[in-house]
Amino acid sequence: MAETSTSETGGQVVVPEAALAVAAKSGAERVAAVLAGAPLTDAERIAGERAELERAARPSATGERVPTVIVDDIHIIYKIYGAGAGKGSATSALSRIVSRRTSPALTEVHAVKGISFTAYKGEAIGLIGSNGSGKSTTLSAVAGLLPVASGAIYTDGQPSLLGVNAAMMNDLTGERNVVLGCLAMGMSKTEVRERYQGIVDFSGINERDDFISLPMRTYSSGMAARLRFSIAAAKTHDVLLIDEALATGDTAFQKRSEDRIRELRKEAGTVFLVSHNNQSIRDTCDRTIWLEQGLIRADGPTEDVVREYEAYMKGRK
Amino acid sequence: MSTVYEQRVTGIAGANPDAGLSPAELAAKYGLSVSGQRPSLPSYTRQLWSRRHFIVSFATARLVAMYTAAKLGQIWQVMTPLLNAAVYYLIFGLLLGTNRGIPNFIAYLCTGVFVFQFTQSAVLAGTRSITDSLGLIRALHFPRACLPIAFTVIQLQQLLFSMGVLGVIILATGEPLTLRWLLVVPVLLLQSVFNAGLALFMARIGSKTTDMAQLMPFVIRTWMYLSGVFWAVTTFTAKAPHWVATILNMNPALIFNDLMRYAMMTSVPASSLPHHVWLIIAGWAVLFGLGGYVFFWRAEEEYGRG
Repeated sequence: MAETSTSETGGQVVVPEAALAVAAKSGAERVAAVLAGAPLTDAERIAGERAELERAARPSATGERVPTVIVDDIHIIYKIYGAGAGKGSATSALSRIVSRRTSPALTEVHAVKGISFTAYKGEAIGLIGSNGSGKSTTLSAVAGLLPVASGAIYTDGQPSLLGVNAAMMNDLTGERNVVLGCLAMGMSKTEVRERYQGIVDFSGINERDDFISLPMRTYSSGMAARLRFSIAAAKTHDVLLIDEALATGDTAFQKRSEDRIRELRKEAGTVFLVSHNNQSIRDTCDRTIWLEQGLIRADGPTEDVVREYEAYMKGRK
Repeated sequence: MSTVYEQRVTGIAGANPDAGLSPAELAAKYGLSVSGQRPSLPSYTRQLWSRRHFIVSFATARLVAMYTAAKLGQIWQVMTPLLNAAVYYLIFGLLLGTNRGIPNFIAYLCTGVFVFQFTQSAVLAGTRSITDSLGLIRALHFPRACLPIAFTVIQLQQLLFSMGVLGVIILATGEPLTLRWLLVVPVLLLQSVFNAGLALFMARIGSKTTDMAQLMPFVIRTWMYLSGVFWAVTTFTAKAPHWVATILNMNPALIFNDLMRYAMMTSVPASSLPHHVWLIIAGWAVLFGLGGYVFFWRAEEEYGRG
């Protein structure tokens, strides 16, 4: 799960000049570029206008946008023990104990280097960036599963993280997993009974055969991912974080889950989606944050940010 | 860094109705809380209570799944305790002959083995309960105390099978069925609370120090030999100084064994129990039950991190 970036400059955040140039050159006038000290110009103004439009389209009781997730200048540092030589053999472990050296090789990886953003009710936010840019790390931190080295994350209620390899109880049947998953999320027994059929139908596990009564270890990775998403999506979440969890589903399921994400947003939830599938980001998200090397490269309307990102990736090839 | 950041915030705030608020103030205004913060003890207890159906269903499902890979299936629920008792009887009863001085040694031994097994497996399962369920912990949000408690419930369910077997064995050795057997219920209740507390305690330690899972079997075995499972502890206490004897006699596992024997066997007289035995054992149960719970809760936000 550790998406790490190894480039680190002693805790100081340095945005490469080249990155600045790329962002500026490729006509990013509508992207809210979050670059070092860049004056907030047109991009911010347009982002503001867009926000106004959205507010008009989705009037809330108070007439203002309500934040659900506030990420305030977070830094995340992975401490990796035993990365160097010396671990593995019993004699070296013993000599370490005798000589009272604590750890032979403590490597620090500065994965996220000062990210700030605010997410609002009803927003679907895509997170894009190359491998190791800190997307999954950021989501884990928002879910409260990773401690931040500095900065703070404020959330409305408890965010739920749906990861690609979030295992459930593999030796139990799919049916048991549905019931237990729902109970663990705090549903009552009657609620579980009411929702059970809906969850199974949504997952499409039983389309061909009675797979739901088989142990989950017999499922293909796609089937397992579909069932997990169906269980997690059965509840109305204030904040739902989806980390590549939809990538393994087939097209029909992806369509269904995109619809469900839209529903969740209507129920005033906030959805974060990490994906390398730019089309699914375009289809589900209205705002996108582009991370690169643990920093925000861009934060703005999906169409613009994704176009920027695609141009950038093409340039790197 | 801070200057860069402040510029950004003020700029964005310009397009916001909440202009000029720092992130912390904004969070306070809309009642957002720090992510992954530990809830207060009362609210944690409420959450845990609302998950009681989860705990029971989880335990039952696990118990059912435990023997699905074996061809004989659920028969192992009963076979395992029987075989355990048979092995210990072979070694300690027939080969070593520790039964000297203990009337009805078979019943004595089986009770000891089954009752101690409950504590033993609860502690071992509790130690691994967090590390073995990391996937579940990272996927779903629920009070983590559910897990060690559920593992204790699994062991309790297994013990109930064993108690059925034990009842038959004891009656077969010629003990009568008396009203004293009702004492089994409070003993099991107190032992469950004690074990759950111990499992919670070990779960927190095991989640931080994974080496504990390797170490615990040895600790537990030492404890077992001191708990009057195979021989009466008077073997040690007769010659030991008074304070050592007192400590050995306060051992909760020993008291659970003795109480269970007292409840089910008429050949065990009340005079063999220490004074204030119920008070002592209730004290142990409350101390470990509450202590383990609070100890586990204090690290609630850290489970599954890494």
